Amino acid sequence: MIEQRPTEERRRASAALDEARLRQQAIGVRLRQMFDEVVSEPVPDEFLEILRRADKTSAEKG
Amino acid sequence: MAEDRADRPPRTPADDEAFKRELVQLIPHLRAFARTLAGEPAGADDLAQDAMMKAWDARASFQMGTNMKAWTFMILRNQFYSEKRRSWRQTQLDQEAAERTLVAVDDPEAPVALDELRLSLAQLPAEQREALILVGAGGFAYEEAAEICGCAVGTVKSRVSRARKALHVILDDGSYERDGGAAGDAMRSILADAERLSTVR
Repeated sequence: MIEQRPTEERRRASAALDEARLRQQAIGVRLRQMFDEVVSEPVPDEFLEILRRADKTSAEKG
Repeated sequence: MAEDRADRPPRTPADDEAFKRELVQLIPHLRAFARTLAGEPAGADDLAQDAMMKAWDARASFQMGTNMKAWTFMILRNQFYSEKRRSWRQTQLDQEAAERTLVAVDDPEAPVALDELRLSLAQLPAEQREALILVGAGGFAYEEAAEICGCAVGTVKSRVSRARKALHVILDDGSYERDGGAAGDAMRSILADAERLSTVR
């Protein structure tokens, strides 16, 4: 095993890395939240209506 | 063999029923993806409806048991870009659209951080934005996102990574800034929110 003796510099670099990672995570959470917000909206009736009509047409065609 | 388009395996009503059930479950996701591509909700729902109908019409070519979400997202994306190509000169307009959004989204009621994230996203090149959305929010693997976008896996990876970096920079230095509002607030608020959300899980 390589002994890791963190110098002040290395500690600072790794703190900066942690900070960057945390920020990226935060952006990721927000991004998902933005997307999920729309996913959890109730689906407008129009969608199901259109699909129902199309299904009926294709059933009639046989 | 497959040269005759009419010569498809016969579909049973049960096939259609199963397909429809799965398609209905995907509608909320199609709406969300459409919203990120098209921006404003009304146009996005039109896009999602078109994609849904295209998927329904093409149901005979879909193999049940494979990834229908990726398949429908691909249809939606193709639909979006073919419409866009028809009506707009493509790349130039992304910037203009972003600027228009800057004005249009100026709603005092909107939660700050989410609003700023949307504005920042709008400033990314379209291919970076969609890659980041698919992987970062849509829950797709890089391989699936590559299939949806019709490009190599490595290309998706580099787009996502560039998008993340760019988004970070935009949010951090407040390039989205409007009306001289305080830059840096968005990032702070995003961080605070993420912390809260991650503890709630």
